[in-house]
Amino acid sequence: MNGSLDLLLIPVLPFAGFLLNGLLGRGLPKWLVGTIALLAPLASFAVVLRAALAVWGIGSTTPALPYVETCPIPWIDTGTLHIDFSFVLDQLSLVMLLIVTGVGFLIHIYSVGYMGEEEGYWRFFAYLNLFLFFMTVLVLGGNALLMFVGWEGVGLASYLLIGFWLHKKSAADAGYKAFIVNRIGDFGFLIGLFLLLANFGTLTFAEIASKLEANPGWQGGALTAIALCLLVGAAGKSAQLPLYVWLPDAMEGPTPVSALIHAATMVTAGVYMIVRTHFLFDRSPFALAVVAIVGAATALFAATIGLVQTDIKRVLAYSTVSQLGYMFLGCGVAAYSAAIFHLVTHAFFKALLFLSAGSVIHAMGGEQDMRKMGGLRKSLPVTFWCMTAAVLAIGGFFPFAGFFSKDAILYAAFLHGTGGKVLWFVGFVTALLTSFYMFRLWYLTFLGEPRSEAPHHHATPASMWSVCVILALLSIFGGWIGFGDGLGRLGAFLSPVTGIRAAETGAGNLELYLSIAAVAMAALGWWIADRLYRQRPQRPAELAASLVGPYRVLSNKYYVDEFYRATFVKPLMGISTYVLDWMVDKALLGGGVWVLAGIAKFFGAILQRWQSGNLRSYAGWLAAGAAAVLLFILLPWSSLLATWFGIHLNWGGH
Amino acid sequence: MIPLSWYLLLSAVLFCLGVAGFLIKRNLITVFMSIELMLNAVNLSFVTFAHQWHAVKGQIFVFFVMMVAAAEAAVGLAIIIAVFRVRQTLAVDRIDLMKL
Repeated sequence: MNGSLDLLLIPVLPFAGFLLNGLLGRGLPKWLVGTIALLAPLASFAVVLRAALAVWGIGSTTPALPYVETCPIPWIDTGTLHIDFSFVLDQLSLVMLLIVTGVGFLIHIYSVGYMGEEEGYWRFFAYLNLFLFFMTVLVLGGNALLMFVGWEGVGLASYLLIGFWLHKKSAADAGYKAFIVNRIGDFGFLIGLFLLLANFGTLTFAEIASKLEANPGWQGGALTAIALCLLVGAAGKSAQLPLYVWLPDAMEGPTPVSALIHAATMVTAGVYMIVRTHFLFDRSPFALAVVAIVGAATALFAATIGLVQTDIKRVLAYSTVSQLGYMFLGCGVAAYSAAIFHLVTHAFFKALLFLSAGSVIHAMGGEQDMRKMGGLRKSLPVTFWCMTAAVLAIGGFFPFAGFFSKDAILYAAFLHGTGGKVLWFVGFVTALLTSFYMFRLWYLTFLGEPRSEAPHHHATPASMWSVCVILALLSIFGGWIGFGDGLGRLGAFLSPVTGIRAAETGAGNLELYLSIAAVAMAALGWWIADRLYRQRPQRPAELAASLVGPYRVLSNKYYVDEFYRATFVKPLMGISTYVLDWMVDKALLGGGVWVLAGIAKFFGAILQRWQSGNLRSYAGWLAAGAAAVLLFILLPWSSLLATWFGIHLNWGGH
Repeated sequence: MIPLSWYLLLSAVLFCLGVAGFLIKRNLITVFMSIELMLNAVNLSFVTFAHQWHAVKGQIFVFFVMMVAAAEAAVGLAIIIAVFRVRQTLAVDRIDLMKL
């Protein structure tokens, strides 16, 4: 050991897996594809673990954080701009890496069972490894441009995996939608990068932070613009208002993909990016307020849609959007460590929710409609208990993981001035809704009587339920990493990166009261769900019938998709079809080409007659030509004409 | 002594006969013979001028032309036989495979 942590290996190993499976996988046997696909993230996870142990002082050397590893080959080196492939390990990226590679590895194991009978098995795992490569680049990137590479790459992997069942039109469309909506966000991110470059002359996070530190009076202005641009990027990737529309559709992808990319890791990249650049947001109270408002609004908005969805994965998708809203809310009140804490616990319980849902779907033979499920508790006991743990965790019940993290965010919001009270209240109400729709899902799926004759219950392979059990344990006990005086253990660990704020450290009974109130709200949600879906199963339908208007609005997701279609998609399609396609392409460019071709064709048709193929006509033209030349030379007037045209007849070179 | 112009006139008449035969006759062999006639008409004028100017170059040229004409006759007759085998005719206006 020479003290190096081999950070470069963390992304490179999954990339090697991607290359092997992507180039050769078609011809390899299934077990080999699976082995390669599992070894890559496992080895990557091992490297991360070794780094983590070294950071915690177990190991031969304890690196000083932030620990930077730079590729010796420079990337961009022009004039004053110098950008390297630099990977940075600090407390924040370490926590994120543990989640990405750890949960990523677990979901890889699950996928071996879940995708076992799929065609294109190798393709699936190649994409999954590619995703891990880009995600680790995103997390480790020491400058904004390298982060952007990872950012775009995970978008690509997400697109490929959403459209994995490429023969299914809805899946292909959902892939497009995710890609296009993300482009809008990425546009904001890119503008933010240029603004950073213009204002700071560098994209390295550490240099930007130190330049800001040297100018304590620099507030607002350009920084607000940069922060808002970055927020647009984060909102696209993390599915916040108004760019959340792609995430529910992304559920067309295979369920392990939904768990890994669209719940646990990729969609949290926006939160990670805000925390990573928090020194910019800290200097702009306005941008922070926007982040908080976007987060709170998204949390409430998505939770209300989740109330009435009937597709099990869509409920989870809206719940993901809502929980991401909580994280943004946490960022917006400058409680960055709380946001990361929620990110971690959310990765545990949301991955578990999706994987359990995947087990249910697998057992039901592909059925996703909760109205046709019910009574699965007996046939899927392990999944049932895992799901129960996850539901309690996301609902925020003590002592499950979600309780601690959600509580930390709400507490930080409550302490954040008068506006913070409003934000806290929104989050507080969302907690009730969250608990309600999660228990609704739980009752509809597992309890009661079976509502349809499932063809036959597929057995859940060990690779699937064992992963669920591990994640269930993490969902139950994972919250304790953030428990402790003041900031909590995780907060204290992250504080070198996120900074310490007085608001977060304020301890006392207030936090206890708020926690009790939040748990009471969650319990209320459970109680309502219990009344509606267990005691009187016909009641929800009656409620829906008596509240036709609100029900219709909610089940149509506030008509946001329709609104976007009418205001953005349709006009764009119109411009593309009529202006760009018909007028510019077909009329202007195509027409020009046709005119030129027509001229050539016209003269060709005339000259074609000359080429009769008749030998004698050729000879005739030849003779006529020779006679004409002869005539031209011999006749006196023709030589006059020649002089007039400037042609000098020259015989023999004199 | 026959004046120079007579030789040249004969050469021109022979050449024009060759051109006319080439353009008018339908039989491929006759067309071919017309070409030979044109070549030899030119040969005659070469020799005439060589004699007039006492320059041997013109006479050497005639040998070159004869040599080329001999080679051409060999190749040309071979082609004519091949064409006849395929088409069963030697009418030039029916040998039009290269037409569009």
